[in-house]
Amino acid sequence: MFESLQNRLQSAFKTLAGKAKLTEGNMRDALKLVETALLEADVSYDVVRDFIDKVSEKALGEKVLLALNPTQQVVAIVQDELTNLLGPVDPSLHLKKDLNIFMLCGLQGSGKTTTCGKLAKMLQDNNIKPYLAAADLQRPAAIEQLHVIGRQLGVPVYSELGATDPVKVCQDAVRKAKEEGAQVLILDTAGRLAIDAELMAQLQQIEKRVQPHQVMFVVDAMTGQDAVNSAKAFNEALELNGVIMTKLDGDTRGGALLSVKHVTGVPIKFIGVGEHLDALQPFRPEGMVGRILGMGDMLGLIDEVRKAVDVNQQAELEKKLAAGDFTLDDFKVQLKQVLQPGLMTRMMSMLPGMGDLSKMLANTDAEGEMGRKVAIIDSMTAKEKKTPKIIDQSRRNRIARGAGVQVQDVNQLVKEYDLMAPIMKSMAGKGMGGRMQAIQDLQKNLMSDPSGKMAKPKGDTGKRLSPKERMELKKKREKELRKKKREQRGQ
Amino acid sequence: MGLFDFFKKAPEPAGVPPFGGSSIPPKGGTPTSSKAEEQPAGLFAGLKRALKKTADLLNTDVRDLFKKEGRLVDEQFLTELFAILVKTDMGVGPASRIRDKIGSDYRARVVHMPDVLAVVKAELRELLAQPERPVNLAASGTTVILVVGVNGSGKTTSIAKLTQHFRSQGKRVVLGAADTFRAAAVDQLTIWADRLGAEIEKGPPGGDPASVAHKAVARAVETGAEICIVDTAGRLQTQTNLMQQLEKIYRVIAKQIPEAPHEVLLVLDATAGQNALSQAKGFSEAAKCTGIILAKLDGTAKGGVVIPIREQFAIPVKFVGLGEKATDIAVFRADEFIDALFADWK
Repeated sequence: MFESLQNRLQSAFKTLAGKAKLTEGNMRDALKLVETALLEADVSYDVVRDFIDKVSEKALGEKVLLALNPTQQVVAIVQDELTNLLGPVDPSLHLKKDLNIFMLCGLQGSGKTTTCGKLAKMLQDNNIKPYLAAADLQRPAAIEQLHVIGRQLGVPVYSELGATDPVKVCQDAVRKAKEEGAQVLILDTAGRLAIDAELMAQLQQIEKRVQPHQVMFVVDAMTGQDAVNSAKAFNEALELNGVIMTKLDGDTRGGALLSVKHVTGVPIKFIGVGEHLDALQPFRPEGMVGRILGMGDMLGLIDEVRKAVDVNQQAELEKKLAAGDFTLDDFKVQLKQVLQPGLMTRMMSMLPGMGDLSKMLANTDAEGEMGRKVAIIDSMTAKEKKTPKIIDQSRRNRIARGAGVQVQDVNQLVKEYDLMAPIMKSMAGKGMGGRMQAIQDLQKNLMSDPSGKMAKPKGDTGKRLSPKERMELKKKREKELRKKKREQRGQ
Repeated sequence: MGLFDFFKKAPEPAGVPPFGGSSIPPKGGTPTSSKAEEQPAGLFAGLKRALKKTADLLNTDVRDLFKKEGRLVDEQFLTELFAILVKTDMGVGPASRIRDKIGSDYRARVVHMPDVLAVVKAELRELLAQPERPVNLAASGTTVILVVGVNGSGKTTSIAKLTQHFRSQGKRVVLGAADTFRAAAVDQLTIWADRLGAEIEKGPPGGDPASVAHKAVARAVETGAEICIVDTAGRLQTQTNLMQQLEKIYRVIAKQIPEAPHEVLLVLDATAGQNALSQAKGFSEAAKCTGIILAKLDGTAKGGVVIPIREQFAIPVKFVGLGEKATDIAVFRADEFIDALFADWK
């Protein structure tokens, strides 16, 4: 997310780094780079100009020129200004006691219907009863789409077959939601163009007659310069309360977020980071700016880890460890927690200075590696998992066949387990300090005992052929070559 | 260079003397000597700049003198031009290249913005020029068109429009609803098929899209339909597994008809910014895009990002989508498109 903007700014500041003194000249160069980076990230031109003016005003002040570490100070100014531009933020929904009506609006294809589902899921997770209303009567099958999402979540969906007036549908939906005792009604309106006066008037009609408590503007993270125009039009027509940005899970730089915020001034509430219905996150400008500037997002990282780890499973594991038990099954549970799709890469991108590393990681198959390990454990019998000592050579061969891997992979896994088990057992039941001590002891042991080093993967050494085989292969190759040449001549 | 530079640098000499001159007595030889050289050089440079300003004025094109209003091509003018270019979403690269070229060709002349834009337009027209053949049809038998794109770019609607385009030519169309992921995507395409009199091949929700594609192509070939259009689920170009799925769909189609798919059309949202470049790259790698449908061009968005896409990947725009109705589709024409890019600056 925001990777390219991050890289650009990083390189912009790299030109500053190493220069002992900051002059007006090299400052302008750096700001030029910041400007280019923001423009390439699809921040609207006028917003960029505004931003750069503000930053240069501050950055070119005497204070910076005399600062001890000008580089850091410029970074700080850019960071502050970006945070200012994106914040303050307030992801709470300010729910009232009785029925709350949310209205979602936006351009076609910005992801309104999916976002309706994600919002409903988020409310459900917080024990709030949502209710969905299908007021998109334009796009074929939009109503059906909302129904499917509703069924997936177990959330009621209000729709009227063959209806033509979205205002009436919304009004009826409000009545029905009140009857059902729902706490939040989410209206899914039709996507429209900012310049379509007729459809915009219809939205205003809904707002006037239904009086939603909050109007959310849904915007696609991939939007370019036009974000300003549409945000302005919707904000003027409807008085928005919040913005939800979707599709931030790709490699889009999402600069449109800056534009929309700048134009509307309304807080950015949530960001959509995936296709699945739980992929909606509260927006945090600090984290976003940290990412933009390549400074990492520790808070987000902690959040990810907390979400990934199943608390109940963890407690159970703790108990077993206390009893001195750590089987291959437990090992698998641990592997699986790290294995969740995209988790590793997401976490890497949030670590400070790891932007480049996560790109490298994208090319390796860390997750596939873990998957193979899980498959190996799955190919073992219950008895083997419980008492791994019994896994002899013939069992290893069988396991390897079952998991579709080489025997070496099985060997390595067993080795890793042998290494892990004592650590886990020694750590069980100890507090934080005790665990640190255990790790230190382990390190000491490793240093003194060279045979206890970590298992090293062996590379492929290739096959050794006998001279006879080699001759045969050579003959074969030459024959092929002659055949090819003949064919070419023939053509 | 002339005017702007002069003003920009003027305050500098004025600011330097009080700093070093009065407060700190010179300790080594170097600061004094450098200072001694600096002063006259600064003066001379100032004089040179002032003279250059005159020279620039004298170099003014005679033709420009007859223009009543018109503007000097200076830094401010070029910045304005740059803003106009960037706002079309063509990207910083192409915009600064054009700006620099205009800067070097017209620097210090008096011009009108529309005249300059006319020059820009002519160049863009050359870049986007393409033979007028919207779709590469199979020499005989069924033409298979695979439609790809990110979520919400307008694939299904664009397919409806393509269907209408071919139906109006009296061709028989079989649709393959291979978007088995998004809720009700199949229903959406089915509704369009019914409305437009096309046949449709579906699969179960969550089913294998490649199998739907296979069935659709098989049916088109069997029944002798001229056109088979395969819809796919929206996917971000960064989702490796989904891009592999797309490769599979491509392979499955190619297995049935060696030349197929005859066209792989990438649907781009006209509101899209620079990420469209990444889309063009990703989808071309997975499915060898042969053309672009620029959807939603009826709003305020200009869709200028197709310019760098054409530059870098040589993928031409084939159709533009102009509205929500099935008939709102037009064959791409570079002239009209470029005129629309700068429509606000007539």
